[in-house]
Amino acid sequence: MHPLLLRVQHTFSAGVTNVSDWRGDVSVTVTRDKLREVAQFLHDDPGMDFDYIVHVSSVDWPDDEERFEVVWEFYSIRKRQRIRLKTRVPESDCVVDSLTDLWKGADFMEREVYDMMGIRFRNHPDLRRILMPDDYTEGYPLRKDFPLRGKGWRDTFDFLDEVPR
Amino acid sequence: MAFEDQRTTVYKVNPEHPESETLPTLRTEELLLNMGPQHPSTHGVLKVILELEGERLVKSTPVMGYLHRGVEKLAEDGTYHQFIPHTDRLDYVCAMYNNFAYCRAVEKLLNLQVPERAEYLRTIVAEVQRIIGHQFWLSAQALDIGAMTVFFYCFRDREILLDWFDELCGARLTTSWYRIGGVERDLTPTLIDKLKQFLDYFPPKIDEYQVFLEKNRIWLGRTKGVAVISAEDAVSFGLSGPVLRGSGVDYDLRKYEPYSAYPKCEFSVPVGKNGDTYDRYWIRVMELYESVKIIRQCLEQMQDGPIMADAPSVTLPPKERVFTNLEAMIQQFKLFSQGFDAPPGEIYCGTEAHKGELGFHIVSTGGGKPYRLKIRAPSFIHMGAFDHMARGYMISDACTIFGTYDIVMGECDR
Repeated sequence: MHPLLLRVQHTFSAGVTNVSDWRGDVSVTVTRDKLREVAQFLHDDPGMDFDYIVHVSSVDWPDDEERFEVVWEFYSIRKRQRIRLKTRVPESDCVVDSLTDLWKGADFMEREVYDMMGIRFRNHPDLRRILMPDDYTEGYPLRKDFPLRGKGWRDTFDFLDEVPR
Repeated sequence: MAFEDQRTTVYKVNPEHPESETLPTLRTEELLLNMGPQHPSTHGVLKVILELEGERLVKSTPVMGYLHRGVEKLAEDGTYHQFIPHTDRLDYVCAMYNNFAYCRAVEKLLNLQVPERAEYLRTIVAEVQRIIGHQFWLSAQALDIGAMTVFFYCFRDREILLDWFDELCGARLTTSWYRIGGVERDLTPTLIDKLKQFLDYFPPKIDEYQVFLEKNRIWLGRTKGVAVISAEDAVSFGLSGPVLRGSGVDYDLRKYEPYSAYPKCEFSVPVGKNGDTYDRYWIRVMELYESVKIIRQCLEQMQDGPIMADAPSVTLPPKERVFTNLEAMIQQFKLFSQGFDAPPGEIYCGTEAHKGELGFHIVSTGGGKPYRLKIRAPSFIHMGAFDHMARGYMISDACTIFGTYDIVMGECDR
């Protein structure tokens, strides 16, 4: 196993639910309540030293009990290593801790995840929609149940000719 | 009072000096100013709400999304090959680099080796694209700041390269020349000659650009010491590319996570000191020289060979064969209607585009379409630092800061 993963697993044995090392990408999945602690460890520990935030992403798995997956990708400028941190949240309570105080860049990235997937970030300084309009109420576009080809409103426009779909 | 107005003037009475009753004091309040979305210096449709105290920026709130087209959602509906033209429309100034970054990500997912000649071709064209991008940036930034001449000189030379692209792939901006597993077509001898001519022609022209700017007092006054960001902050905000290197952080994926033909080329990564707009300008100009060096070395080292990986289940057959050979036609049809079967897994692959780290995070559950595709767009992440960098500067410096990020809204809003 990759030494980074060994280290994280050794430090947070109970909190780590899954580790993987695929195609050279090192990835660790933690439970939601340990997320903040693990992130702090990745940021502060001299052996880890992940000072650079690459991106925050999210994946929707509608069939799973814990439906949403939030993905952080970190890089260490001094150690030149990468790690991916993941956690899962259920739909009924999709809140995770914000990491904006550790990495300033997380501000906009987390706002994008909120906007696109509807995952809320606890203690985020300014959690608003970022790409969609502020008053947009039709849901979160990147969820799998958000229709890809319209909501059928077009069919109700009688001034349009029948368009084959 | 010349501009006395009952609506904005408040008469205050100072009890110690009752005579001050006759002297109106102007009411002061913070002013909100909407800059954009139609402002010419915002490089597209970006709106920033500026909170002003006099002419100083107290707080600025970027309002983005005017160009949001849902590219990440569209990616989930098409096959991996079909997404390549969409990547052209991300950063439409530098389409080649977007294609490159995306194809690399998919190749990492598939664990596909690209033949050596294709790697050299990719590097050459990517560096040509970097030159175009930096020329475009230099002209636009100088124009925003008030140095107009350099704009014409940059565009004159950019035109040569865009015509070169036109001859290479039939398009000047939305190129779609990269393919998963290789490139669409080889460089012809004419194209190589033209590129060599350009490499001889270009370096003196870079000196020429600098002449217009480096002794221009307005340019120096408006770039030196403007929009300073410290190395720690730049790293913490996740800035990348020249914006990060301007603060003295040596972070270039071409050097530290080498890909394509970059490990076989010798080049240096210019790093700034002060983290101001001038350093970021200097880095980009130095990168023009480095790009010329890289292209020269690639042209020298490149050997003949295949330009597409030998993986018929994944790569598109050559167009000539599609029209003459039945199997090739079936293969082409299958790849576009169903796609290839990607292994389930999750990867992130970052590429050093001229704006910064352009990354693709792809989640695959098998099958021909990506389950989730996330684009790490440098322009978007740079906008996150806008408020931090603009605080305390003048309104006119806001234009400088948009420019110094080299922001393109197609990529920022996706």
